[in-house]
Amino acid sequence: MTSTSRKAYGVKGAPYAFLLPATLLFLLFFALPIGYAVWLSFHKVKVSGLGLGSGARKEVWAGLENYTDALTDSELVGGALRVLGYGCIVVPVMLGLALLFALMLDSDKVRLAPFTRLAIFLPYAIPGVVAALLWGFLYLPDVSPFYYVLEKFGLPQPDLLDGGPLYLALSNIAVWGGTGFNMIVIYTSLQAIPAEVYEAAKLDGATPLQIALRIKIPMVAPSLVLTFFFSIIATLQVFNEPTTLKPLTNSVSTTWSPLMKVYQDAFGKGDIYAAAAQATIIALATLLLSFGFLRAANRRNKRDFGHGGAR
Amino acid sequence: MSSLAVGKADTAAGTTSGAAQSRPPLRRRIALVPTITLLLGAAYCLLPVAWVVIAATKSGSELFSTFTFLPGTGFADNFSDLSAYRDGVYWQWMGNSALYAGLGALLSTVVSAFSGYALAIYRFPGRETLFNVLLTGVLMPPVILAIPQYLLLAKADLTDSYLAVLLPQLLSPYGVYLSRIYAAAAVPADVVEAGRMDGASEWRIFTRVALPMMVPGMVTVFLFQFVAIWNNFLLPYIMLSDDEKFPITLGLYTLLEQGANTPALYTLVITGAFLAVIPLVALFLVIQRFWSLDLLSGAVKS
Repeated sequence: MTSTSRKAYGVKGAPYAFLLPATLLFLLFFALPIGYAVWLSFHKVKVSGLGLGSGARKEVWAGLENYTDALTDSELVGGALRVLGYGCIVVPVMLGLALLFALMLDSDKVRLAPFTRLAIFLPYAIPGVVAALLWGFLYLPDVSPFYYVLEKFGLPQPDLLDGGPLYLALSNIAVWGGTGFNMIVIYTSLQAIPAEVYEAAKLDGATPLQIALRIKIPMVAPSLVLTFFFSIIATLQVFNEPTTLKPLTNSVSTTWSPLMKVYQDAFGKGDIYAAAAQATIIALATLLLSFGFLRAANRRNKRDFGHGGAR
Repeated sequence: MSSLAVGKADTAAGTTSGAAQSRPPLRRRIALVPTITLLLGAAYCLLPVAWVVIAATKSGSELFSTFTFLPGTGFADNFSDLSAYRDGVYWQWMGNSALYAGLGALLSTVVSAFSGYALAIYRFPGRETLFNVLLTGVLMPPVILAIPQYLLLAKADLTDSYLAVLLPQLLSPYGVYLSRIYAAAAVPADVVEAGRMDGASEWRIFTRVALPMMVPGMVTVFLFQFVAIWNNFLLPYIMLSDDEKFPITLGLYTLLEQGANTPALYTLVITGAFLAVIPLVALFLVIQRFWSLDLLSGAVKS
């Protein structure tokens, strides 16, 4: 395409010059911190004597000790299981709703579509902390409209911030915040399907439901795969919402999710070495999951949508 | 003007709204099921927002005694109480958020535009490797970066400063990714080549020719980054301890932490949350016309 013109001086160096700021920032704020975290994860502090004086605390090689500690740490494993349970609710519900709304927006003769589209996308503009705070108040019996209604009808009033309902309460915040964004992604790829594709099916008397299931959903499969992928990553990293709900309930511990545990170890306990090992494990798990998932998705895509479906 | 035209041309490639309108209207009837489903979805999404708007108007006693969706009479008092809280620290938080998000997103967009342009237009050794390496940043959980970033910035004596929150957010892998896709679609190779024939320097071609063509895409990158920085909680939570430098998310969190045990402070937290939502929602409503989501789906498709 762009044949490099020999006459133009500086063309060869130009791309590197343009990429210099990004590269420097990457080295300083991504590569260096990651390298430092990995280095820390293999070290520990050795205290000699009473631990007084400047030479008394020394960083020494710890081998895999921090890693074995992390993997046998019941709090970290418990946090991972909690997040797994939470993810099993959030991801299917959020993407299911996003797909449903996108298909509805894309159907014929729907009214008020611009308004509803905007309303459903609106939570994207609201910070996770504020979202958790708003829902947190809506879960509190004293101020919540739900409890007001339940009380009027004499129905049982469950504690939403404890036990099993807590998972639903937290999942609801994530679903509320994420559905609109995913809906827009899916909706835009629905809009990209040429109208002729439906015409034949319509002439054959296919119902809108059949068109949605047989034509639309398979054709937007690539964006479904991508939204699924990003949702899983976001779920594994959940931190803000449970942290914000913490002041409102005793059921959210300081180590509720793995990342909260990492934060707690680094700044609560001040054990940056253990925190670094845990952080490295979480990063590796995320990377493995991501690559595994993308490979599987690619293989599926090639098989199912090799012709035309995945553009 | 010309940049708008480029945006239009690009969106036309991504969507077929024209074709959708030309589908033959079979019957003039409202599709009830989709319309109702969407209205229910909208109601669900607007519920907490509606609640906070109304709750912010209630005085402390009204909050607990009157029906939730009945407006109260205390907004002016709540507003002045909040403004008076710790000598107006709330407005300091808002100003800080505006600074972090505005300046951070602007610089981040510049970095993304440089990188995206270079990756889209030039062919050079190491291009794909560099691109892939920059992209891995997306996969890194923020805490995992933020803790060593904090420890390293502490060595440079930079923690608890504005820079500690600004600097780590300047490189947005997602912004680089979008910029590359947008530059590839919006800047034709012949135009760049023509500039070279005329003897323009690479820098001049970028600033005078390519950048104007990239403006619609860069607006999107700016907005995404603005929202991302404004909504960021974790990084300032780790980096800052002086509450004069807090952004609004962190400020509200500390307010909630104090207020959770004293219901008298609830109204302050609620009014604070309400006012914190306004700027982003307003920004969002005003610019949603320019917010080219087709770019996003273009990114998703490839």
